[in-house]
Amino acid sequence: MTKSSGTIFDGNSRPAVRGTGTELRNADTPSRHALSQHLKRLEAESIGIIREVAAEFRNPVMLYSIGKDSGVMLHLALKAFYPSKPPFPLLHVDTKWKFRDMIRHRDEITARYGLKLLVHTNPEGLARGINPIASGSQLHTQVMKTEALKQALDQWEFDAAFGGARRDEEKSRAKERIFSFRSAGHVWDPRNQRPELWNLYNTRISKGETIRVFPLSNWTELDIWQYTRAEQIPVVPLYFAAPRPVVERDGLLIMRDDDRMPLKPGEVEQVRTVRFRSLGCYPLSAAIESQAATLDDIIDEMLIARTSERSGRLIDSDEAASMERKKREGYF
Amino acid sequence: MTAYGHEQVTVSSGDRGGPEKGLLRFLTCGSVDDGKSTLIGRLLSDAKLIFEDQLAALKRDSRKHGTTGDDIDFALLVDGLEAEREQGITIDVAYRFFSTPRRSFIVADTPGHEQYTRNMATGASNSHAAVILIDARKGVLTQTRRHSYICSLLGIRHVVLAVNKIDLVDFSGERFHHIVGDYLGFAQALAFSSITPLPVSARYGHNITTRSERMCWYDGPTLIEHLEELDVTDGLDGKPFRFPVQWVNRPNLDFRGFSGTVASGVVRAGDPVVVAASGQETKIARIVTADGDLPEARAGEAVTLTLSDEVDVARGDMLAEPQARPEVVDQFAAQVLWMIEEPMLPGRSYLMRIGTKYVPARVTSLKHKTDVNTLEHIAAKTLGLNEIGLCNLSTATPVAFDPYAENRETGAFVLIDRFTHATAGAGMITFGLRRATNIHRQALLVDKAARTRLNGHRPAILWFTGLSGSGKSTIANIVERELLAHGAHTYMLDGDNVRHGLNRDLGFTDADRVENIRRVGEVARLFVDAGAIVLCSFISPFRAERRMVRELVGDGEFIEIHVDTPLEICQQRDPKGLYARALAGKIKNFTGIDSPYETPENAEIVVGTSKGSAEDAAGHIVAALRERQVIS
Repeated sequence: MTKSSGTIFDGNSRPAVRGTGTELRNADTPSRHALSQHLKRLEAESIGIIREVAAEFRNPVMLYSIGKDSGVMLHLALKAFYPSKPPFPLLHVDTKWKFRDMIRHRDEITARYGLKLLVHTNPEGLARGINPIASGSQLHTQVMKTEALKQALDQWEFDAAFGGARRDEEKSRAKERIFSFRSAGHVWDPRNQRPELWNLYNTRISKGETIRVFPLSNWTELDIWQYTRAEQIPVVPLYFAAPRPVVERDGLLIMRDDDRMPLKPGEVEQVRTVRFRSLGCYPLSAAIESQAATLDDIIDEMLIARTSERSGRLIDSDEAASMERKKREGYF
Repeated sequence: MTAYGHEQVTVSSGDRGGPEKGLLRFLTCGSVDDGKSTLIGRLLSDAKLIFEDQLAALKRDSRKHGTTGDDIDFALLVDGLEAEREQGITIDVAYRFFSTPRRSFIVADTPGHEQYTRNMATGASNSHAAVILIDARKGVLTQTRRHSYICSLLGIRHVVLAVNKIDLVDFSGERFHHIVGDYLGFAQALAFSSITPLPVSARYGHNITTRSERMCWYDGPTLIEHLEELDVTDGLDGKPFRFPVQWVNRPNLDFRGFSGTVASGVVRAGDPVVVAASGQETKIARIVTADGDLPEARAGEAVTLTLSDEVDVARGDMLAEPQARPEVVDQFAAQVLWMIEEPMLPGRSYLMRIGTKYVPARVTSLKHKTDVNTLEHIAAKTLGLNEIGLCNLSTATPVAFDPYAENRETGAFVLIDRFTHATAGAGMITFGLRRATNIHRQALLVDKAARTRLNGHRPAILWFTGLSGSGKSTIANIVERELLAHGAHTYMLDGDNVRHGLNRDLGFTDADRVENIRRVGEVARLFVDAGAIVLCSFISPFRAERRMVRELVGDGEFIEIHVDTPLEICQQRDPKGLYARALAGKIKNFTGIDSPYETPENAEIVVGTSKGSAEDAAGHIVAALRERQVIS
């Protein structure tokens, strides 16, 4: 799909016509929806944040988790530096339990835009056989996500890492800074965060300290989908409703993406028309029954939704305030 | 001031049609228990933004931690962090999102017992409007004045006065009008362009999103109707063009663009622009974005500009309109809000971030601080946590700015502690003190290099630091004797001697210690310029000040010598009887006793006198100077 020049071709292998670098869309394909004033403002704010990191940090990295938020964040990075390419690599922390569709999407996108992708899996966790089914979601998340992320940041000596978290996702995230300070050892102390006034971000750190940067802080889930639609950003097909093999477990619909997930007694696999609002390790991501097969459908469905997107995430309901605890330990 | 009376709002309660109004960012302020969190919880709930799973968690939490009996405690929805829920207080700024068909909103919830001023200023810095809550039973309080002052200082122009808990005063119009009268009485002095009073009950939803049927005397809008209609166009488009360069975009040799966000004004391809600091003029060639070139870019848009000439532009520079240039100065007056425990000390060097530029800066004088409750001006030597003062500042190189009152985007800065990198202060520039461009340094015919050749040795500051009684002066005296014997030009600046003359007006507070060292540093710099080796013997307990002197002279010209004698030995020696007096409480702020000594981390030379003699230490220093080729 890609050529070494970094010029991008669409699915029909027809070169884009404009500029010297990465084209995000076909020049002659109009946006289906013009950006609202609100989305334009969010876009400009995020681009400003992303550029700031590139200008100030020695060795930044963008966490790429393949989901819809990562998709928007990557798209914004491509826009921020045009006609240059983003001057940092992408990092995917792979637990080895992601949906196969996600890995396919990841490889396709990084190849399409000619980006450098780093993939890290916690080797000790792998050797110990940690997995979301036998080890439980809490241990799996701790070892294969939080510890793995810290290993990767240390190994490549990144001093700043972009994450796609949004303030509307969860209560402790609502107080998160855009430039979130981590002392040595990746420790997040909610009482020791720098005040952020205006857009004058304090980017100064000492050796060993790092910054996590959240360019999508002020976006909501609806903003993400409306922007994805307007900018025609590719997303993993799992977000769209389709007949899929699922089992009902503890009242949630889990898709068996491969045969590593054994059925419990009495469980039967059945095909239902489902989609995902949030993607992660497949045994920990619950599907919802839905007929929303297009971006328009998803947005319509969201406008009448009665549960939050995180309700399908098994790792958040481990205990009250679990997100804050995970964040203190170094989770994104 | 518009305000009392609600003529500006014409929307009727049922119909919320009309054009998209764009984003509104506002903050809520109020004292503890005025119902800020409840108000936000109510807005989210009425905007149908609380999902079923969140509502279920909220009901569980309400029974566990709530203060509202069987009713849902909306405050728990907003108080995010675990520690806060347990203690029932909010300790930080939280951002909440909701939208109506007309408008999207971001609410900064800025409550808390501690850090109140700092949190409010943080929330206000990015807000267009403020909702100030008043408890209808309590009326206008000291805190109400404080909140209003901080909002006005941070440049908020639109205030909603939400008289809350109106149900608890029997929906009394009389009470409401009384409170509003009180408020307008003192708020006239603040720079608000609109004040809109509303009688509300956040807990029961009166006049929040639905009109109350209990207040027939009130015919104005609900809170949400008012916020939907509020016109907050900040007029940034209409101000002169300002573009702080954020990142130089250089994908290949054929393209050199300057990426950044338009701070104010509008720019079109072909427009003339000037690099503010250097005065170089050029024209905009293209306005580049990933969506294609634009004919024009407006305030708030993130773009990449290319210029028609090869001018010298880097991150930190500002491109501006030639006919309406920003001020470019290295000294200005500003309101500074202090945000860390360690006080702001005039004379100490901080890192200033203004626009996209970082520059070392010092507060040269603190004119006064302002009591945020009474707005009185108070004489002061330092600013403590959450205090606000009017300061004169000086920067290492000139900066481009507009006064904050004219342009919030280009008139604000933050100060960063140079060691911890904490965000220490926030500033709003009031005016420039003089045009730096009018003051040119006198160019001299004979320079330092010429004097060095004549002297036969290199100039240097030998900075002896250590506790009182560590042996600094004794060692420095021997070193000077040895240097003189080598034919070097030397001069000794001793702490005690300087305090009898040049610094006789200074005491021993932290602020005076900083000024003491600043003056000594400037004098030492003149000696270095004259080609001499100047020996300075000062306790100089703070890293920041030693670094300040280091930065006054060239690389390798500042040699820090730590006379590392342990405190116990200094106390035993006590040559001037000072430790005995300090321990008896007769001397205050004595280093090592009730004032800290910050040990040097990277001193060029470390000597101790606890084992060897002062002669040995001096011999070691002279050898080290030879090694560094200060002397031959």
